[in-house]
Amino acid sequence: MKTIVFVTVLLTGVVALAQQSTTPAGNAENGKKQFLRAGCWECHGYAGQGGRDGARLADTALSTAQLTRYVRKPTGAMPAYIDKVMTDQELADIWAYLKSMPTPKAAKDIPLLNELKGQ
Amino acid sequence: MAKSRKLSVGRRGFLKRAAAGAAAALAVKPGAALAQPQTAAPARPAAPPPSARQAALETAAPPPRADVYTTDRPGADFMVDVLKSLNFDYIFANPGSSFRGLQESFINYGKNTKPEWITCCHEESSIAMAHGYFKIEGKPILCMAHGTVGLQHASMAIYNAYADRVPVYLVLGNEQEIAFRRSDVEWAHSVQDAAAMVRDYTKWDDSPISLGHFAESAVKAYKVMMTPPYEPIVICANGGLQEEPMPEEDRRTLRIPKLVVPTPPAGDANAVAEAAKILVAAENPVIVAGRVARTPNGITLLVELAETLQAGVLDRKFRMNFPSRHPLFNTGSVATADVVLGLEVPDFWNATHAQTPINRMGMTSRPTTKAGAKLITITAGDLFSRSNYQDFGRYAEVDLAIAADAEATLPGLIEACKKLITPDRRRVMEERGKKLAEEHKRTRDRDFDQAAAGWDASPITTARLSAELYNAVRKEDWSLVSDTTFVSWWPLRLWDFDKHYQFIGGHGAYGIGYGAPAAVGAALANKKYGRISVNIQCDGDLNYAPGVLWTAAHHKIPLLSVMHNNRGYHQERMFLQDMASRAGRGIENTHIGVALNEPNINYATLAKAYGMYSSGPIENPKDLGPALKEALEVVKKGEPALIDVVTQAR
Repeated sequence: MKTIVFVTVLLTGVVALAQQSTTPAGNAENGKKQFLRAGCWECHGYAGQGGRDGARLADTALSTAQLTRYVRKPTGAMPAYIDKVMTDQELADIWAYLKSMPTPKAAKDIPLLNELKGQ
Repeated sequence: MAKSRKLSVGRRGFLKRAAAGAAAALAVKPGAALAQPQTAAPARPAAPPPSARQAALETAAPPPRADVYTTDRPGADFMVDVLKSLNFDYIFANPGSSFRGLQESFINYGKNTKPEWITCCHEESSIAMAHGYFKIEGKPILCMAHGTVGLQHASMAIYNAYADRVPVYLVLGNEQEIAFRRSDVEWAHSVQDAAAMVRDYTKWDDSPISLGHFAESAVKAYKVMMTPPYEPIVICANGGLQEEPMPEEDRRTLRIPKLVVPTPPAGDANAVAEAAKILVAAENPVIVAGRVARTPNGITLLVELAETLQAGVLDRKFRMNFPSRHPLFNTGSVATADVVLGLEVPDFWNATHAQTPINRMGMTSRPTTKAGAKLITITAGDLFSRSNYQDFGRYAEVDLAIAADAEATLPGLIEACKKLITPDRRRVMEERGKKLAEEHKRTRDRDFDQAAAGWDASPITTARLSAELYNAVRKEDWSLVSDTTFVSWWPLRLWDFDKHYQFIGGHGAYGIGYGAPAAVGAALANKKYGRISVNIQCDGDLNYAPGVLWTAAHHKIPLLSVMHNNRGYHQERMFLQDMASRAGRGIENTHIGVALNEPNINYATLAKAYGMYSSGPIENPKDLGPALKEALEVVKKGEPALIDVVTQAR
């Protein structure tokens, strides 16, 4: 059983590496343009902060491949973007833009939020 | 109709009799006017030439008519007596000729007090203001409108109130008697069955044909309206009844019926006992709260039930139902519950099912409850149904449906639960409560961390806007008089709500254009208590009928409005994005028809034009706190103020 698990994990890692190696490198500057053009901001916010309708994207923990997979076949209510509408390269650019966004502050680092929370 | 004409002739007969009394020179006897035409044209054989006297009679100026110019007691005065007996605080109306008689009687005979006339710039605003007022004060407002064009304007707001179970008392002016319609305008403003247009989404209506009929129907309408489920009603005020003198006999005999509002219907005792048995035995019950708290006591009762059972409360945000910082608030889940109790939830099916999301083709649905979970509903919605408009939602298959008002049923349910709780069950419940409290804390921590994201961004995040606004008012006696749906529910996630008047919930039927007037109406209700009313105002909503800003300025209604100016009808923009993606097309064009830019609308200038203090547009989040502080000072002095804030989409 342990062997099967080990092999599965190994194969998954190989596949992931293979996918990453075929993913184009991203250009953050163009990614910002695409982020605005594709309307990502509509649900995820201009700062990628997330909200009622979309997850937080700033400094995403997803890889480019994972982001691309999700955008092509989203699991929630997010619209699916096909390659004709948004290419892999454009998605890679968006990913680079998201990674370039500063890590959001924590609530504890914002005095007003601290005060409101502790009230 | 036939009766109406007959009565109307009688009124004119009365008028002529009154004229006869006043103009003694004419000495017209009762009935003479009708008799004269029958005796004035005797049969004659041929046409002999007229005599000099006859010729003089035919060519001379006609004798003076029996004109009556005044009356000491128009019918509208009695109508005002009737409506005053119902104890309305205000009348919200845009003026209309079809109820001019009533308006005159209210402002002169009625001395413009209890109710006081509030000038509205649109009938949709009148009704939505009444909607907001009721949610704070728990008292209905008297609204007036033309039976035709006014009601057409008002209809969407009536539908919102209907779907939100809010009573509105609407009097429509209408001239039923054709002979009394003096111009093409009055013909265009008359209608055979005025209430027909809104009968699908009102609870009751009548078109009285006499003053006695008006008195009885007016009182009955109030009773019907205030029996849960609360709904709007319509009473038509015939023009002739308003404007003609009150008949002598009516003056002697008419009386105003006594109003008795029924006690709200509580659930059947056996059914309540059965519900208690199921709830107490449950390992993981959850309460879904819809429009539970009709009154402040509804919050107290819901807290007591939740604490008795140590059950999580999932609030649908239609009302202020439950304190937002209570450890059981928004805890538990329908998916893991073995018992789901729905209290006044109009969309219980939606609360317990999932459907194919908008980004996929086709439609399937599945229950989100686990197999074997028991479902219980208590709702007055089961006591009243209409078929045309579909706000009632899909049929929910439940195990126990109690057709009753939830708030009225809660005392019995709490008592029944307490009787059944053994020490063993109490231990289980206490353990459950601890876990739910931890869940509440985790959710709260997550919400505050989420609010921190994009804190310094411009456009300003709705989280930052909500936090800054709360910071400005939290030490005051505040009341949020707007919905939170379009700002990601941030206030409910960050603020400390624990009083009934601190939140008014949503539109009812999501008819946009409700927000601004509902806020003004709610702020008027808060005024006498000295509360600070705050309104997060969506830009698209304000553009439907911005004249309500003038109403707030004119009547000195203290209200702090903060624009959520995302420069568009954003919900629809997202829908267009969904549709374009479903069609495999790019979304470059989805701003068409939904964006409100080029030029950007300056709401600070708009508010100034209506005579209101304003500032903005504010784009830098650091400017928001100081702007709010300044505006709050204006509001504390009893005036409205508006701050235009350029915001993120949601």
